Amino acid sequence: MIIAEQKALTEIEDMVGPYRKILVVGCGTCMTFCSAGGPDEVGQLAEALASGNKDIVVEKSTIPRQCAVKFIDRLESKVGDYEAILSMACGNGVQAVASRFPNKPVLPALNTQFIGVEAESGIWTETCMACGDCILWRTGGICPVTRCAKGLLNGACGGASEGKCEVSKDRPCAWQEIYHALKRLNMLHYLKEKPQVKDWPIHPGRVVRQDLREVEAS
Amino acid sequence: MKSGSNLERILEGGQFAVTAEAGPPKGSSPKVIQRKGELLKLCCDALNVTDNQTAIVRMSSLSGCVLLKELGVEPVLQMVVRDRNRLALQGDILGAAALGIRNVLCLSGDHQRFGNHPAAKGVYDIDSIQFIQMVKTMRDEHRFLNGEEISGDVPFFIGAAANPFADPFEFRVTRLAKKVNAGADFIQTQGIFDVPKFVEWMKMVRDRGLHEKTHILAGLIPIKSVGMARYMRNNVSGLSVPQEIVDRMADAKDAKEEGVKICLETIEQLKEVEGIHGIHIMAVAWEDIVPRIVEEAGLMPRPVV
Ligand code: SF4
Ligand code: SF4
Repeated sequence: MIIAEQKALTEIEDMVGPYRKILVVGCGTCMTFCSAGGPDEVGQLAEALASGNKDIVVEKSTIPRQCAVKFIDRLESKVGDYEAILSMACGNGVQAVASRFPNKPVLPALNTQFIGVEAESGIWTETCMACGDCILWRTGGICPVTRCAKGLLNGACGGASEGKCEVSKDRPCAWQEIYHALKRLNMLHYLKEKPQVKDWPIHPGRVVRQDLREVEAS
Repeated sequence: MKSGSNLERILEGGQFAVTAEAGPPKGSSPKVIQRKGELLKLCCDALNVTDNQTAIVRMSSLSGCVLLKELGVEPVLQMVVRDRNRLALQGDILGAAALGIRNVLCLSGDHQRFGNHPAAKGVYDIDSIQFIQMVKTMRDEHRFLNGEEISGDVPFFIGAAANPFADPFEFRVTRLAKKVNAGADFIQTQGIFDVPKFVEWMKMVRDRGLHEKTHILAGLIPIKSVGMARYMRNNVSGLSVPQEIVDRMADAKDAKEEGVKICLETIEQLKEVEGIHGIHIMAVAWEDIVPRIVEEAGLMPRPVV
């Protein structure tokens, strides 16, 4: 899932400063699971904004996902009454809402961090950078592109020590984990292969599924 | 000869090589590199010019190499993949070839997080092993990474780093093999303090016959003070400094003398290890000690080849 964190309240207050009537919109999927922009956080943020400024009107709404037009449409009847939408979705959701309501300022209340997992309660870690050419089958299910601090495809580098990455003692060395996983799986031969150079994707990405397009057209 | 460099001729001629590090300054004066060049000229076969070492911005390695060359000192161009993508790396390789640089050391580089611009975007488009392979292809096949043809020669003696003390220990030799297969003609190792562990690693290297496919130069870091020994022991990941070394430095009346002594003893032990073809001295901020170490290690005068 996508992981995000709420921006500092002062930054959000600056963003909403010019507006009196604000609609705070939460997202019921990733942002609810990572406790950044679900109904609870929408409630807390709305309350914080209203208590900081008695003149403003803040309304709350959480839709199942902000990245799908069919759910965004549910906001249509409400949006007209508000000067701005404060979105508690990931950057993708904010943009989807902004493109659906081109005449409303749509403001991001969160900082989108990464695609990741909840590693432990209250700790999230990045696991995939959407490189466009997944190599997890050769790396024991651990992504070096993302989880090695240098994105090395032939690690571990000389800084790996006692299972930790040279960047920080809080981070496991991904290549050490890969080594142990491949050993466990009897797949160490993958580490001996000739190094291939990766074709990095061109951003912004675009996926075209001709089969689906043809079905649509017919 | 692959490159015809002095370093290559010495190593291929079966002689024991001596290299040292000459770091460029955090400034634009050519004098710093020139001074190091003059100082180390007679006691080393080639000098490595570091590339934004520890991710701290300095004068570029390529310029440092040119300054050394002007003095008649042979440089080793260090290049990290942290700061340049495949276009920039290949462009600099061609430029270095044009300027007469003949040795290159292909590195990952310390993470930018450690340096003086910790928020910089790390490039890491390719890694050090892919880089070695890319330079080898440029040299041997006259082709860029994408297969297009290169006009002119790209004669480099290709080097790589190896850290016998990083983890996982049993995997380090596999990774060295990967570097050698990718095209590493010579290897400069991490600084060695833990000789028994290094000897154990070299045995694994010999078991795979790697010492015959590449030239291994053992790395040395002369220690100036007990503070430095402690710092390296506690803060430099991938460096193994035994407690005994720290204790010796702490107990010594004259710490610098003790540092020299430790370094000389280490060289003596390393000379005996089968498959070691030279030493590489990284005397960061203590270059002045290098001529004495080389002299007292019995490695002077340097061969003229
Ligand atoms: S290799 Fe890593 S970044 Fe690429 S798709 Fe797979 S998990 Fe994601
Ligand atoms: S220590 Fe491991 S995870 Fe960290 S940069 Fe080196 S190889 Fe990657």
